[in-house]
Amino acid sequence: MRPDMKVDLAGTELHNPVMPASGTFGYGQEYKDYFDLSILGALVTKSVTWEPRYGNPLPRIAECSQGMMNSIGLQNPGIEHYLEEDLPMLREIYYGPVISNISGSSPEEYGRLARAIDGQEQVVALEVNISCPNVKDGGAAFGADPEISRRITEEVKKNTSLPVFMKLTPNVTDIASIARACEEGGADGISLINNFKALKIDLKARKPVTAMKYAGLSGPAIKPIALRMVNEAFHAVDIPVIGIGGISNADDVLEMIMAGATAVQVGSANLVDPWTCPDIIKELPKRMEELGIESLDEIRGVI
Amino acid sequence: MRNTKSTILENVEIAPGIYSMMIETEGSRFSHPGQFAMVQVPEKFLRRPISVCRFDGDRYTLVYRVVGDGTRIMSRMESGDELDVLTGLGNGYDVGVLPQDVYIIGGGIGIPPMLGLVRALTMEGKSCKVILGYNSEKEIFLLDQFRDLCDDVTVMTADGSSGKKGFVTDAFDVADVACACGPLAMLKALDPKVKDGFFSLEARMGCGFGACMGCSVKTVDGSRRVCKEGPVFRKDELLWDQLV
Repeated sequence: MRPDMKVDLAGTELHNPVMPASGTFGYGQEYKDYFDLSILGALVTKSVTWEPRYGNPLPRIAECSQGMMNSIGLQNPGIEHYLEEDLPMLREIYYGPVISNISGSSPEEYGRLARAIDGQEQVVALEVNISCPNVKDGGAAFGADPEISRRITEEVKKNTSLPVFMKLTPNVTDIASIARACEEGGADGISLINNFKALKIDLKARKPVTAMKYAGLSGPAIKPIALRMVNEAFHAVDIPVIGIGGISNADDVLEMIMAGATAVQVGSANLVDPWTCPDIIKELPKRMEELGIESLDEIRGVI
Repeated sequence: MRNTKSTILENVEIAPGIYSMMIETEGSRFSHPGQFAMVQVPEKFLRRPISVCRFDGDRYTLVYRVVGDGTRIMSRMESGDELDVLTGLGNGYDVGVLPQDVYIIGGGIGIPPMLGLVRALTMEGKSCKVILGYNSEKEIFLLDQFRDLCDDVTVMTADGSSGKKGFVTDAFDVADVACACGPLAMLKALDPKVKDGFFSLEARMGCGFGACMGCSVKTVDGSRRVCKEGPVFRKDELLWDQLV
């Protein structure tokens, strides 16, 4: 029998647990020439803010051992453009579930964004970014404080009928307390982890490599820490966890699910190889069969 | 369709620290001179963006300078080695919109893509005035290939060891239309001497195909990705004070 890849993500059935992580997949257009997007379990769109944002100065990208650093700074066209251009264009090339990722500089802005997206066709959930390491106002500072995390969760929940996933930063001492605060605020799930705040130095120039001193570290380098934090969060709350951090193949997905993830997001790996998600989706049932796994439910959170 | 599996046909040093790598990629997507490839270098995470010098069917040549670990590893690869390359990235030069006479200006490692452009213009029956800027005689590369395609090639060297002494900007008074690729300082210096034209930018990139926003620059038309809307921009689109 073919292994069962289906997952129930806070009421939405996904035909597989693999989705691209916000910020590594734009609004889908850049990947349409590489593969049929409908193979994805779901698609998470790039963080949208109320106003358009240009983002940080260049260079925004650096290479590191087994990973990369970015300091994009939430560049995006703003909510109006997102609703009038980006989502409609995405619907022309992708027919599956969409998760809209939103980012604000105050609890009130998160609420307004949630309200604006409510009722949008194909959008099955909101992912609330309280973890961007590359912005001055809010971002990871929100996600490092349990009280603010809970307040933003409540504000978003008040303004939407959609399930709400809070996307958490790993730059905290106790991820379990943040996860619990989001659950208390009414979150339907949590997504973790976002990037680690990091630094790379150009020895000749005696300066940081990126224009912003600190940038977010991602890629395979962070996977073991991501697994540990997903596992801690999984044991701290009763709501589903989306596992993110350094996933680039089917085995990484299975590890993440054993650590407690209901579904997973693939981030930096998409940027290196645009076929990463379809490759994983093809490979996953083969690996499940080889490992004697009949369904993902069977292995979820066994650790 | 995945079409990145590539084989190195040749990888030779053509000047100190400058290598020419001929590659074959089944289903290669190059269509315009000035486009680039993203090369997956063994042991490195991100791909390296390198402009295409010449292309013909599935075969193409990347001429690159060794500037860091990634390009150093590339330089040690040998013919027959396999490589993973994303091809046909960026807009490239639209030969159709260029006039009958056009200045083609390249400086340093910005020279290679201009060879493909001169080739395409020559095939269209258009004539080029080529100006190439090098640091010194021993660093000259690709010059014979330019001379094979074009009779009007001026060489400028910073130290005067070959051609005329000076920078590419010293080689002409004013150009109605010019296409240029080279260091940002060179492009900035060219700007007031060129009435109209297309300049190719370089940037540190994450993905190379428009997804990560790692290479966005501000232009008069708003934010543009060097990898997707570029790397070739109409000169008047560029905001020089925004480029670093």
